[in-house]
Amino acid sequence: MSKTSLTREQIAERAARELPDGAYVNLGWGIPNLIAAYVPSDVTIYFHSENGILGMGPRAKPGQEDFDLVDAMKVPVTLVSGGAFFAQDDAHVMTRGGHLDICILGGLQVSEKGDLANWRVPGAKGAGGIGGAMDISVGAQRLIVTMEHTTKDGSPKILKTCTYPLTAIECVHTIVTDLAVIDVTPEGLVLREVAPGFTAEEVQQLTEPKLRYSGTVPSMFPEAR
Amino acid sequence: MSPKEKIYPTVDAAVAGIPDGATIMFGGFGGAGFPNNLIQGLVRQGALNLRVISNNCGTGDGELGVLFKNRQIRSVVAAFPGPGAKYFQEQFDAGEIELELVPQGILCERMRAHGAGIPAFFSPVGVGTEVARGKEERVIRGQRCILEQSLGADYAFIKAERADHMGNLVYRKAARNFNPIMATAAEVTIVEVEEIAAIGELDPETIVTPSIFVDRIVKVAGKRYV
Repeated sequence: MSKTSLTREQIAERAARELPDGAYVNLGWGIPNLIAAYVPSDVTIYFHSENGILGMGPRAKPGQEDFDLVDAMKVPVTLVSGGAFFAQDDAHVMTRGGHLDICILGGLQVSEKGDLANWRVPGAKGAGGIGGAMDISVGAQRLIVTMEHTTKDGSPKILKTCTYPLTAIECVHTIVTDLAVIDVTPEGLVLREVAPGFTAEEVQQLTEPKLRYSGTVPSMFPEAR
Repeated sequence: MSPKEKIYPTVDAAVAGIPDGATIMFGGFGGAGFPNNLIQGLVRQGALNLRVISNNCGTGDGELGVLFKNRQIRSVVAAFPGPGAKYFQEQFDAGEIELELVPQGILCERMRAHGAGIPAFFSPVGVGTEVARGKEERVIRGQRCILEQSLGADYAFIKAERADHMGNLVYRKAARNFNPIMATAAEVTIVEVEEIAAIGELDPETIVTPSIFVDRIVKVAGKRYV
């Protein structure tokens, strides 16, 4: 068994399995933006975009781009049959009002209580930007965060308390990283799965708060790979 | 009584008279639905010390970028200024420009509230974050909320696909975004459109912005779509 942590694509592939058939879903920037490509063929997801699209389809093919039909990253996309357009306030009636089943955002830090920091690294140049992340985090029926488990220098990103500016408090339900799937529960963080080749103890060493688990923790990809 | 004439012959005529220090809302998101012709007109018109309300702050020279490049803007209310907002970011880092960062849905709702005659409202968005700083907090039905003030402007610069002579507006796809909200929240709403229809030609069931919210209309060269 290899000891390589998962790629960003593999994090996206695992996160895609959290989406139930028929769900209305918003995907954020970064790893979440890769997830749509991994939705299983027998599952239908209706993607929401905060610029006023419900039923957003794949990227437009070259030569068929319509620059009035773009996603939140300015990429020309398509509309699925049954899709709808509306204004930005209605788009956020959907986010803040609790109408979206699942939202998946990138993360810089997550605390053991499920606080999320994802919009600014302290000391970085520039103004930073909140975008729709605060509305989405507060309103999502279920919020999943996808991110690398540690920073580039190996420090944990799952912390007892976030040190970066917060996006929202007590909002994250599940964290999918290159090492683990972790659920935020009232009793604390529960280690649900580990990346192939890793043990629960190894994941715990790279996670600041205590993880709850018992026995052998299942693999994120039970089909051997 | 015949309807007030709202069609302006040129972009320059449509943006005439905007004073220094004005607060202006700009529609547009993700490259779609920006009133780029009105923005160019404002560059020629030259008003200074503007306060702008916009989701973002331009992409290079594009969209609002040229207004920052031309140093016409002194303060910004935005949700996501954007890494491509070169001139804004330079002026922000140099401490030359004020910024109020607002969660995007709350930006919408603050403008919607202004247009709807609601001075302020409570919301859970931003509780426990920098956004809550200085705002009254209250627990409402068990949920922590902060008080958000409504947000209006002197002018809204917006983009629609079609207008009729009364000012009823129809948008196209995701180019709608902030435009209909801003139309309700400004003293004077100026819209650039690609087509102007006769009164009665637009299907009343499909009109998104009713004419009461629109003051000035100018037709600009249309884009070609696939």
